[in-house]
Amino acid sequence: MDILTLLLVIPLLTVIAILLSRNNNQVRISAAVGTGVQFIQTINLIFAYLSERNSGNIDEMVFTKSVLWFKTFNIYYSVGVDGISVAMIALTGIVTFAGVLASWKVINLQKEFFISLIVLSTGVFGFFISLDLFTIFLFFELAVIPMYLLIGIWGSGKKEYSAMKLTLMLMGASALLLVGILGLYSNSAATAGGPLTFNLLEIAKLNLPIEVQRIFFPMVFIGFGVLGALFPFHTWSPDGHSSAPTAVSMLHAGVLMKMGGYGCLRVAMYLMPEAANEMGWIFIILTSISIVYGAFGAIVQKDLKYINAYSSVSHCGLVLFAILMMNTTAINGSVIQMISHGLMTALFFALIGMIYERTHTRDIRFMGGLMKVMPFLAVCYMIAGFASLGLPGLSGFVAEMTIFVGAFMHTDTFHRVVTIVACSSIVITAVYILRVVGTILLGPVTDEKFNSITDAEWHEKAVTVMLIVAIAGIGLAPFWLSDIITQSLGAIILKLNPL
Amino acid sequence: MTLEQFLLMRHEIILVIISVIILVSLLFFGKENKLKIIPVVIFLFSVNTILGFLPIETGSLFGGMYRTNEMILLFKNILNIGVLIVMVQSAGWLVRNKEHFEYTGEYFFIIICSLIGMDYMISAGDFLMLFIGLELATIPIAALVAADTLKTKSSEAGVKLILSAALSSGILLFGISILYGVTGSVYLDSVSTAFQNNNLSVLAFIFIFTGIAFKISIVPFHLWTADVYEGAPVNITSYLSVISKASSVFILIILLFTVFQSIAVQWDSVVIFTSVLTMTIGNLFAIRQQNLKRYLAFSSIAQAGFIMLGIVGGSALGFSSVIYFLLIYIFSNLGAFGVVAVISNATGKENIDDYNGLYKTNPNLSLVMMLSLFSLAGIPPVAGFFGKFFLFTSVAVQGNYFLLFIAVLNATISLYYYLLIVKAMFINENENPIEKIHSDGYSKAGMVICVIGILLLGFAGSLFDYINSLSFGLK
Repeated sequence: MDILTLLLVIPLLTVIAILLSRNNNQVRISAAVGTGVQFIQTINLIFAYLSERNSGNIDEMVFTKSVLWFKTFNIYYSVGVDGISVAMIALTGIVTFAGVLASWKVINLQKEFFISLIVLSTGVFGFFISLDLFTIFLFFELAVIPMYLLIGIWGSGKKEYSAMKLTLMLMGASALLLVGILGLYSNSAATAGGPLTFNLLEIAKLNLPIEVQRIFFPMVFIGFGVLGALFPFHTWSPDGHSSAPTAVSMLHAGVLMKMGGYGCLRVAMYLMPEAANEMGWIFIILTSISIVYGAFGAIVQKDLKYINAYSSVSHCGLVLFAILMMNTTAINGSVIQMISHGLMTALFFALIGMIYERTHTRDIRFMGGLMKVMPFLAVCYMIAGFASLGLPGLSGFVAEMTIFVGAFMHTDTFHRVVTIVACSSIVITAVYILRVVGTILLGPVTDEKFNSITDAEWHEKAVTVMLIVAIAGIGLAPFWLSDIITQSLGAIILKLNPL
Repeated sequence: MTLEQFLLMRHEIILVIISVIILVSLLFFGKENKLKIIPVVIFLFSVNTILGFLPIETGSLFGGMYRTNEMILLFKNILNIGVLIVMVQSAGWLVRNKEHFEYTGEYFFIIICSLIGMDYMISAGDFLMLFIGLELATIPIAALVAADTLKTKSSEAGVKLILSAALSSGILLFGISILYGVTGSVYLDSVSTAFQNNNLSVLAFIFIFTGIAFKISIVPFHLWTADVYEGAPVNITSYLSVISKASSVFILIILLFTVFQSIAVQWDSVVIFTSVLTMTIGNLFAIRQQNLKRYLAFSSIAQAGFIMLGIVGGSALGFSSVIYFLLIYIFSNLGAFGVVAVISNATGKENIDDYNGLYKTNPNLSLVMMLSLFSLAGIPPVAGFFGKFFLFTSVAVQGNYFLLFIAVLNATISLYYYLLIVKAMFINENENPIEKIHSDGYSKAGMVICVIGILLLGFAGSLFDYINSLSFGLK
């Protein structure tokens, strides 16, 4: 079995193991072992990828495999990875594993919870390894649907409303995406009347006529953009994140929203570069609004999860913004930002979940002085905050720096102005992060009952340490990640900026 | 006529033999042992279903009134599988209802009669055979719709069905007679050669289309659907919504693609218009329903709208997509109806609110229901996703992106009301949910078949390719 299909088989085996488990303890142990093995497998994939590249393989995609599925439509189960997808797969691996550890506490219907969570992660893995638009779409929907059950059953607050809103908005987006994908398919004949194809690489080889691109570029871009919280289609995100249980918020903000950015880059921009050049400015404006609006939104929120959800809107806006800058530096920064934000926001949501379990509130007005009663978690929260506001030495700095340097390479007024506007988000981010840190962590303990709070348990420590190591690792040695990414950007950049 | 030629009608002959066996054995079983006939019938019909897969020669009988080819054979097999599931599911109802409904043998006899009608209809080589088959398929079912003797709604539904069926048959017959007037023949082949594109022919098309549209319950000819579905026993509802609909779709496609090919431009716009209307109205009305049978009725109207997408443009690809979709639709819809039937038979509850908290007490039923609804909604990885995706693809390759856009929009709307049931079963709290139901072996078997179909059909890529290889032969 090839190394990529294994990424789909391991979760399947995990689901079977969970089904066979007899009690809650067995359920969570099988889930942890399964996702742990999967995580190791993703790390293994990175090394396999590097050694494949070192041995001189310069194909656009490596580890490729194609199996005919529907002959009539020329649909293949076709997989392959390049540096970008390898990085995203590793991110998914670590966040899923952390998510399982973060939901170690026994809950109602534990079996079903872990099964849905792992099905969701399977969708994400499948999405990142697919090279066929059909399977890309299939896995995209497979990742979205379990969200409905996960939020609806195990969520909190107005969970039914949030779950329905999130599902319908994302499925509406996938409807747009479907039109876009089928539009690409029906125009994919290499010669008039020739066979049509769903294969990403083959469609990229043809130059689609500009009229076709003009119709389908916005559809595909918005279709993926909704998942990446593109303004004005971001409204599902704050509600969804705040109602979701901890592990689901982690996976959703950490990984699922990245599918949006990845899809925009890999499908929309790569296959329809001319339309991207032509219409990019519209989306640049929208993403700039996302960035600034999300940051301002985070300032006024009182609920920790809402603050972090708006902050995600802002940071994911930055991902799409950087993609639209269409040069190597910016897109490189955008992929680093996806990884960095994925880790950071997963850490944030994990910590918020842990804090909520102890204080039974997420409202920052009722919290204070937590540093004194749970120093470990409080320090972790501060580190996450610093990563988010871009402190040098942590991953957020590398990502934002690269993006803004890349964006500033454009010399025209429009790009300069939007870059400066987007840069202002750094300051606003600092405001809301420091405000939260100051209010809830520092100062005297505001509530008597907080004095009985205990600090992190072993599984909570494992989650936070794991994620912090990754964040600091990227922050201290960014060249390692950025090398992997940059060498895979050549084909996309060449399409976007033809010589 | 030699024996070999006669055996071209194998499908129908076996069915006739089975129905005679049922009638004769009724004499032996008597009223006390009437339930013992159920395993016999199901065994016989399973054998028939398996025998149906034996290859058959292409050919025609009775001077072209009856014809058969691989596509028709495949479709008859699809119907057989569907009817088998319906029979297995009905067995559960018959066992539970043995106090009130004593015509167990007759029940199966009538279903088989109706199936014979459908088989003759899809094999029809001329309009007379088609008409007789259609009548034979519909009229017996009206008796079964009225079979629930405890409910007045059931007899009301029976009358409604027979009246609307009579009306639609009348309209169809009128269309056929105009066509005969124009072309001087009732044979499909000679009609299509003699067919000319003039106003009278278009009028004939309109009448024939309307007549069949009644059976498929295409908007605006859908008004009987919800009432009949609500009144009839659940298993008969599922028969109407799946088997009867599927066979009418098949014959509609055959007529449109062969007889009316020369006015393709005219019927294309009619099909597009009714398709959009059917999807939208079906979806919007389904959102508001409280009774699950009415809910599934409107859902099946919306599904008919999706099916019509495959007919647009008259492509072989669309035709294969429709057949594939129908096959998946049979499993998904029968799965959903199976659950509704089990719960309705055991508790008499049919409202969405009654399903609140169902997962706590009946996890297996809830999972079957969820899978079926996801399949109807077109969510991967269950089979419905593939069926719908290919229907959409067949529209897209013709470049009709606007229609495609409306269709996917409707698919999203439909997801909303399918999720409402999932929400009721899994999320909503309920003080006293439906108690644990111990469903009988027949119902379980029916649901297991449906679930297997739902889970596996999507991955069977070669099956679609097989269907597609046949549908090129049709054009």
